[in-house]
Amino acid sequence: MTAASPVEVDPTLTPDDITFLAKPWVTIVWNDPVNLMSYVTYVFQKYFGYDKAKAEKLMLEVHHDGKSVVSTGTREEMERDVQAMHEYGLWATMERAS
Amino acid sequence: MSGFARHRRSRRIIATFTGFEADLIRSLASQIVELLRNERAVPDDSRDPFEAMMDFSGPTTEPEDPVLQRLFPSAYTDDEEASAEFRRYTEGTLRDGKAAAAVSIIDSLEEAGLPPELTEDGLMIDVELEEAEAETWMRSFTDIRLALASRLGVEEGDEAYWHSLPDDDPRAQAHDIYEWIGWLQESLVEALTA
Repeated sequence: MTAASPVEVDPTLTPDDITFLAKPWVTIVWNDPVNLMSYVTYVFQKYFGYDKAKAEKLMLEVHHDGKSVVSTGTREEMERDVQAMHEYGLWATMERAS
Repeated sequence: MSGFARHRRSRRIIATFTGFEADLIRSLASQIVELLRNERAVPDDSRDPFEAMMDFSGPTTEPEDPVLQRLFPSAYTDDEEASAEFRRYTEGTLRDGKAAAAVSIIDSLEEAGLPPELTEDGLMIDVELEEAEAETWMRSFTDIRLALASRLGVEEGDEAYWHSLPDDDPRAQAHDIYEWIGWLQESLVEALTA
């Protein structure tokens, strides 16, 4: 159990820093001519826990737009996601959220 | 041949292969294992020799082989240093995982009765996989397909080109195998989601 306590805001942080600290990075999956649409959808459902509709939407973005942002989080979280995508044979990179 | 299906009662993922098909899958999986073990994950040697010798972590530069480049892509598009760091910490683990997955395909086939040397005609191999094993097969089929596609130079929407090649062209034969593994993988995805 936890209780709310008075919030202390670090006075040196600018609003930009705070936003960046919260969700600064994204994982991008790129289109490739090899991976099956059904497989990519399966991976998005299985690994990210997305429902079928969301997984299919992301898969179609990859397919039609050449890439899609599939997850957002801290740098460490995105490194884990990129590594997992490489385990599944998907072509993934990470970058700062724009 | 009907690919993979989920057995209604046991919920296992099952498939029946001819001896020839099982032997072909084993040979593709073996090639993945060999590929992953051949080009050693050697750390960057431009550093101080002692420092390099004491570093047992992974490589920092992209592999030279295009297949390995595709299996282990750079994690950052515009930051070489960060990509090198990422590679150092992940490539060894990824290589081991992919090699282990290919080995588990070989093991399952041999446990199902595929002899070390295929001599017998009319041999049928019944494979029965638990869900986790079936996922491992599915992931490894991706590695096999990525490897074949890199070697062949497969591109988006080029099916007509491959089908126009004469049947005795070795590239056409390799492409047929690539498509067959894709078809098997599709049936695995369907069986796993059934």
